[in-house]
Amino acid sequence: MTSIEAHVQQPYKYGFVTDIESEVVPAGLNEDVIRLISAKKGEPEWMLEWRLKAYRNWLKMSEPHWPNVKYGPIDYQAISYYAAPKQRPKLDSLDQVDPKLVQTFEKLGIPIEEQKRLTGVAVDAVFDSVSVATTFQAELAKYGVIFMPISQAIREHADLVQKYLGTVVPHNDNFFAALNTAVFTDGSFVYVPKGVRCPLELSTYFRINASSTGQFERTLIIADEGSHVSYLEGCSAPMRDENQLHAAVVELIALDNAQIKYSTIQNWYPGDDEGKGGIYNFVTKRGKCAGRNAKISWTQVETGSAITWKYPGCILQGDNSIGEFYSVAVTSHKQQADTGTKMIHLGKNTRSTIVSKGISAGRGQNTYRGLVKIMKGAEGARNYSQCDSMLIGDKCGAHTFPYIDVRNSTAIMEHEASTSKIGEDQIFYLRQRGLSAEDAVSMIVNGFCKEVFKELPMEFAVEATRLLGISLEGSVG
Amino acid sequence: MKQGKGLLEVKGLRVAVAGNEILKGVDLTIRDGEVHAIMGPNGSGKSTLAQVLAGHPAYTVLAGTAKYEGKDLLDMKPEERARAGVFLAFQYPVEIRGITNSYFLRSALNALRRERGEAELDPIDFLQFLEQKLRAIGWDDSMMNRPVNEGFSGGEKKRNEILQLAVLEPRLAILDETDSGLDIDALKTVAETVNKLRAPNRSFLIVTHYQRLLNYITPDVVHVLADGRIVKSGGPELAHELEAKGYDWLRDAAMVS
Repeated sequence: MTSIEAHVQQPYKYGFVTDIESEVVPAGLNEDVIRLISAKKGEPEWMLEWRLKAYRNWLKMSEPHWPNVKYGPIDYQAISYYAAPKQRPKLDSLDQVDPKLVQTFEKLGIPIEEQKRLTGVAVDAVFDSVSVATTFQAELAKYGVIFMPISQAIREHADLVQKYLGTVVPHNDNFFAALNTAVFTDGSFVYVPKGVRCPLELSTYFRINASSTGQFERTLIIADEGSHVSYLEGCSAPMRDENQLHAAVVELIALDNAQIKYSTIQNWYPGDDEGKGGIYNFVTKRGKCAGRNAKISWTQVETGSAITWKYPGCILQGDNSIGEFYSVAVTSHKQQADTGTKMIHLGKNTRSTIVSKGISAGRGQNTYRGLVKIMKGAEGARNYSQCDSMLIGDKCGAHTFPYIDVRNSTAIMEHEASTSKIGEDQIFYLRQRGLSAEDAVSMIVNGFCKEVFKELPMEFAVEATRLLGISLEGSVG
Repeated sequence: MKQGKGLLEVKGLRVAVAGNEILKGVDLTIRDGEVHAIMGPNGSGKSTLAQVLAGHPAYTVLAGTAKYEGKDLLDMKPEERARAGVFLAFQYPVEIRGITNSYFLRSALNALRRERGEAELDPIDFLQFLEQKLRAIGWDDSMMNRPVNEGFSGGEKKRNEILQLAVLEPRLAILDETDSGLDIDALKTVAETVNKLRAPNRSFLIVTHYQRLLNYITPDVVHVLADGRIVKSGGPELAHELEAKGYDWLRDAAMVS
């Protein structure tokens, strides 16, 4: 098995540090720090009040320890809650972005320079606590689509932000969401007006660079009646011995007949072979199908982070609304993941689909945790869940915790689960046909994840498979 | 029997699996274009021979040599053997979820083509190539867009092995109990296909427990393997003799020798 494991446990390719002068707020968390963050962002008073309310709640809350992961205590006073490269760029002119930042994103495969941009994809590039560039804003504005850093939206589109922010994930939703609400720095804001099909893929790339900091981004996406939008986030961080905290909140709102497709390729630094260092990825992501026939689809490919704690969910409020969750989570080395989804059925004839693929290698521990809740009024609700685990080697683990809570007898629930192991016989079969051992593993893993990869936007399906060390040649589409 | 240098020359091959010696000194020479059948009772080492020639990592070679095209076969990785033209039709083909037969076969074919310095086939060229191969053996493409062996019946899996053989065009095809689990119609189809694939530059090593496959494929040489050794070799008539007499008389002979 050694060749298989060696192949799966490839070194982290994004662990470089950008040498750039940063302004870092001293470590520690108190009301003054929150006031400072709010002031730096030039926020209105109501936003500061909301942050402080969340902070005061957070002080009374305790860190959740029910996930199936193990880690030492986190010292929240040892973290710096704001870090930004100096010479903050003027967002109206991308030419003025610090060349070092441009190079950083280019190295990560996210070109933000005018002439090198990804076609068909608008990118918001977030570096530590600030957005440094957002491409194609003018192009999108022609369609009435707003795509900008959330700190800018708070200033320029206060009405929309105030109407929706915190309506899906309240300020006191959970420990990490409360912390995020108190200290969030940047993230993306999207508004797609009525009847508009967003002409570009929207994407945010999050990069942690500074040490001893955390990243607390906040994303809010609103799809107005009959609109469509596809959004993708990517992320990475330098290799450091310390653990860094990433606690994000994402809220999605889909009104009548609107559709939001949200894809994640998560590649935070996972720590070394011995589990030293790596990102603690504790995020709250939730979408609300507020209107009839609305649809929200989450697709995630989770390969990074020392610990992942993440349950992107859907509140299916509108009648006939649809929630989907497609996930590939990979844990190798000493990574731990406790991830899954929550589907809350409120409206009539609401439907949800869950497809989860967990891959464990090395000494990785992979847990699927999912909740499907059918409320009393959800006449005719349906759920289909499929949880597949794949083990590579004999020191890793796969765990499944499906929770089902049905309060309406007309509900139809289906659940399928499987566990498989990549065996020497499978590898041998493919090698006997002329494939190398590496290509054999790739093919098996690729096939295992296919149902999820086919949900990714084309441009990113390639990225996702490359991340898993997989040659996707010819199998897309 | 033809004369000339062997495509495959096995000498004194001793092989163990999990510490148990299974092959206790096998000698075997297969020349270009020949069809050899290996018969023998259960546990005689037939499948071990097939697996070890293909390079399965679970088998340990204790002694002996195997030369293929004059090269040391035992020193080659499984994929190197495959690329050099050694093909094993598995007794128990594995399932590969989510990967279509068509994609799998194209990947395998392109690995072989790269080795030979030929251009790789894109999906469209491959489809044309495949159609032509299928037509030659009189098969349709109904299996091509299904995941590799997933949900296949036992017979379909075996047929799929033969289909791969037809596409990959090996120099040495080893069939490991391809006939087991096949009904008579499937057996005939498989045998007819193998007969169509017989060629001056292609040799076969057919491992089988029963003689019935050899009613349809006439081998050049039949070997009887018992307790890890080839105890008797002869022409096609030997297979009929075994069918009539069983294996016991030969096993006794092996004990004596």
